Order: sequence, then structure tokens, then C-alpha cells
Amino acid sequence: MGSLVITDVYASVTTDEGEFEIIKGVSLTIESGTTHAVMGPNGSGKSTLAYVIAGHPKYRVTSGEITLDGVDVLSMSVDARARAGLFLAMQYPVEVPGVSVSNFLRTSVTAIRGEAPKLRTWVKEMKDAMMALQIDPAFAERNVNEGFSGGEKKRHEILQLSLLSPKFAILDETDSGLDVDALRTVSEGVNAFKQQSDAGVLLITHYTRILQYIKPDFVHVFFDGRIVKSGGADLANALESEGYEQFSPASA
Amino acid sequence: MTIAPPIDLSPRLTSLDPAVFGVPTGREVEWRFAPLDVFSKFFQAIDGAGSVTARGATEFVRNVDVLDLHSSWLPTDRPMAIARSLVQQAVVIDIPKDRVIEDPIMVDLQGSAASCYQHVEVNVGAFSSAVVVLQHDMDRDVCGAIVVTVGDGAKLTMLSVVAGDTNAVHISNWHTTTGRDSAFVGCTVTTGGRAVRISPSVTYRAPGGSAELLGVFLADSEQYLEHRIFVEHEQPHCTSRVTYKGALSGAGAHTVWVGDVLVRRGATGTDTYEMNRNLLLTEGPRADSVPNLELETGDIVGAGHASATGRFDDEQLFYLQARGIPEHQARQLVVRGFFAEVLARLNQGQLRDAMMRLISHRLGLPEQVSTSGFGS
Repeated sequence: MGSLVITDVYASVTTDEGEFEIIKGVSLTIESGTTHAVMGPNGSGKSTLAYVIAGHPKYRVTSGEITLDGVDVLSMSVDARARAGLFLAMQYPVEVPGVSVSNFLRTSVTAIRGEAPKLRTWVKEMKDAMMALQIDPAFAERNVNEGFSGGEKKRHEILQLSLLSPKFAILDETDSGLDVDALRTVSEGVNAFKQQSDAGVLLITHYTRILQYIKPDFVHVFFDGRIVKSGGADLANALESEGYEQFSPASA
Repeated sequence: MTIAPPIDLSPRLTSLDPAVFGVPTGREVEWRFAPLDVFSKFFQAIDGAGSVTARGATEFVRNVDVLDLHSSWLPTDRPMAIARSLVQQAVVIDIPKDRVIEDPIMVDLQGSAASCYQHVEVNVGAFSSAVVVLQHDMDRDVCGAIVVTVGDGAKLTMLSVVAGDTNAVHISNWHTTTGRDSAFVGCTVTTGGRAVRISPSVTYRAPGGSAELLGVFLADSEQYLEHRIFVEHEQPHCTSRVTYKGALSGAGAHTVWVGDVLVRRGATGTDTYEMNRNLLLTEGPRADSVPNLELETGDIVGAGHASATGRFDDEQLFYLQARGIPEHQARQLVVRGFFAEVLARLNQGQLRDAMMRLISHRLGLPEQVSTSGFGS
């Protein structure tokens, strides 16, 4: 059993207008095999939390700590965090011109596993993973995320999730921009990953609809840079009917 | 000898006589970026200079005495005029008409002395198709022309490789004329030498021609690499695409890209686009990029240019690193991808792969394992 432990983390971003604090004291422990949903309105900082865990250079952690199985994460480079077992499925996957999906996946899998997969088994492994997510094998030849539709990008993220098999996966608004069929396919991919791996999952979402497919063990409400309420799966239902307004200072 | 109005992008002078051209001083617009102290050896006749010949003649490739040439091409600057007047041997690549030659014709050019003049002619007969690869001798200083004639309905893909870890000085001017409905793809891969100046030019002899000029270049510390393109649209319904990408690293690395496109009054229906992108891999290099587009008619399909020089996209690096790929490897992947886009336009898989290997080697990258049958 492992755990991803976030303890009283504060983080800020520096823009032309100065430094702004976005994460204002977040503590959260995710055990292996559990799924946590972090829900909140736009601009609450929930995606920033995902980036901070992954180590995006744009954000600076000003205090607090994050550990993975007891090991300090914040002192690791972005790639070291990934090799330690963290995975971030991005809300806006980045286009990498001139780099084919197959080359990218193989390079990534080689880095994560510490050795190059054998060619024969690798091609089959990749094809099977693509088929499970209903990704056209021709995608392997395309440049990473270039000209992909919103749904294709998200499926590609989940493809990486299944091939890299991390200890902890953060899914940042993976449901956004997906139609019902794509949402179901992507969710099945995440559920298959959970069953096979006993990984912890942090699901960041604005809407409850993905929670109909991926069942959370815990739900946290994120507002203005911190977790303002935590509960079980039923908390999501309350949010669905009552909205986030109840958590704004004006209605307190 | 002709003199054109000063705003005109076309060369003002053409002559076989070196004396017609003054010795460049650095104030000329054509020479303002170049390290003249390095190139100046080719501004005067060199005693004991040799000639460049092709190693191993084949069915299509011959070494001939320059006296046997009938080309009407005239030099447009002093180094070319000197080279043309002093070169003794020429390399002639003749593709007869109505021949489709699938395998690339590899031309291994070799100089006979420390400094050499060069004259290469490539003639592709009507309705023929060929791929020519010129491997330049970078163990010697070379100056000279490559004169290309693409016949009516013919297709030529020409790849010029200027690579090698040497201090060579290299000047070459390409002069391509294309026939009716012909297609020319000319690609330069420039990674070697102390100072390199390549000037590809294209003129259209008849309507319907297309020209694609491609280039990739990598400049390291104290390397000067200049590419000076000139496309002259005189005929209607011709297209041109110019795509050059460069990567620079280290102090004193300097690249110059000049893209001159001139659309003459009669060149209605022209479709032209030129683009240069430069990637600065470290602090210290300098990339000059100068697109020029001159339109004498508005009755065209399209005309445009783009130029950008920048650093790494941090978001691309973050994405790759977030997948466990170490930073140096992520950077190399991005650079490879940057160049792969240009080389893919060659439509020559094996040549593309060979050039990618050359670039990878230059970047200090391990060879990529191909996932055969499933993309690369």
C-alpha cells in the first residue's frame, strides 16, 4: 500500500502583474486503490493543484510538502516525478510537431520502465491498448496531439495512462469536451486501469457526469484555493442539485 | 550584362567576367551578414585550385571538361564568375527524357586540391523523374555553381548535403530553371563547415511549374551558415514553397536566411509561400531571418511569408517530461520533430531517415529504433 500525501501546500504563480497565491493550504491523502474526486467551479485552482503535483515550472510552491510513499516529491524534476509513479492526464494536451505517437509512447515507456520494451511485444501491447480505447491504429503514425479532436486528445492521454501504469494518476478535467460515447470509452479505460493496478486516482472535475462512470470513494469540494468540504460519493450528488454557490463567502 | 531598378530583387548583374563584379566590402546588401575575412579567399583567383568531380561515373553521372559544356547560365556574383572561369572539370548529371528512375542517384563530389572550384549541371529530360543526392566534399574549400534544368513535365528531387565536422569554407549557387508543368524539389541539409553560403534560385521557363525549396541547418559554436533563396515568378500559374528550419547552439553560431520572392507582372495565378523558423537551443547564437516578397501583379492565387525565431516551447518540454522523458532527451525529441516536418516533405522515406540519422548524430542523440510497420 502506498500513499500520495499533500500537506498544507501553498503555491503561487508569477505573472507580469506580480505574484498571485492560487493554492492556499491544501492537505489531502490519497491511498493506493482509492479514488478521490476534487470538484470545484472554474478558477478555484483545482487544475493548478494538478500542475503543482506534476511539477509545472510556472507554479512555485511556497510552503508545505508532497510525498509519494514517504519520498519528497517537490524536490524532484518533472520527469523524475513521472518515473517515481505520478501521472497527470492533462486538460489541454500539448502538440509536439514532428514527433509521432508511436515514437513518443515508446520513448516514454522506455523512460518509465527503465528499459526499452521488446519490439515484438511492444507493438502488440500498443495496438491492444489502442484498440481497447477505440483509437485508430493509424494514430501511431500521427504527430503527438497535432490535429487531434478534443476527444482524440483525451483518449490519447488515457492510452498513456494504461501503458505507463503509474502508482498515482491525476486526471485533470478529462471529461471536458467529451461526448457521451467518448466519455464512456475514456471512463472504461480509467476503470480498467484501476482494476489492474491498485493505483490511487485523483479525479479533477467541474461536473458530476464523469462520476457516473468512475465511482469516487471520496469527494472534495475545492473553492478559492483550498478544500472546503470533504465527504463520500453522496457529496457529489448534493453538489449536482445545489451547485457551488453554497460555498462562496457571500452565501456563508 | 543587365541593370535593373534598385528596388528589384533580381540580381543586377550577370556576367562571365569576374572583373564586372566588384570585390565585396561588406556594405553590399548581399554580403552584409557574411564573415568576409573567411569568404574572401574566393574573391580572387586561387593559384593551384582544383576542380570538383564525381567519384565513380555511372550511366547518368559524368565528369567532363568544362570546354564541352553548352550551358547558357551566367554567374551573378564575383565568386561564381571566378569559379566558372577557372574550373576545369564539370560534373554533368543527364537524365534522358521519358525515364522514371526510382532509386536516388548518389553523387559523391570530391575535390582535387585544398581549394576547389565546382561546376555541376543537372539536366532532367521531358517527362522524366529522378532523385539526385549531392554529397559535398567538406574536407576542402569549395566554390561553384549547380545549374539545374528541369524539362517539361519532368520531376526532380535534389538533395544537397553539406555535412562534416570540418572547418571548410563552402559557397554554392543553385540556378534552377523549370519547364512547363514540371516539379522541382530542392533540399539543402547543412550542418558542417566553418562558413557556408548556399544560394538556391529558381526561375520558371514556362507556365505550370512548381518548386519546393526545403532546408534544414544546424549551426554550432563559431559556425556561419547562410541560405539565400531567390524565386523569380515570371510565368503564369506557377507555385513556389520555401520551408527552411534551423537550430543554433553555442557562442558565435550565426545563421542567415534570406528569402527573396519576386512575382513579375505577367506571373498571374502565382501561388507562393515562404517560411523560416529558427530554434535557439542555448544562449549566444544569432539567427538573422529576412523574408522579402515583391509583387508586381495582384492577380495571383496567394503570396505569403512567415519568419520566427524562438526558444524551446516550455509546454512541450513539460508534457514530454511529465511522461518520464528526461529533459535533455525531451529537447532532442523536440528538435528532431522540428526538422522531421521539413524532411517529410521530401517524400523520400529512406533519404528522410538518412538525414534524420545525420541530424541525430549531430545532436549527439542515440539512433532511434524504428517500430517497423507501426510508424517511426
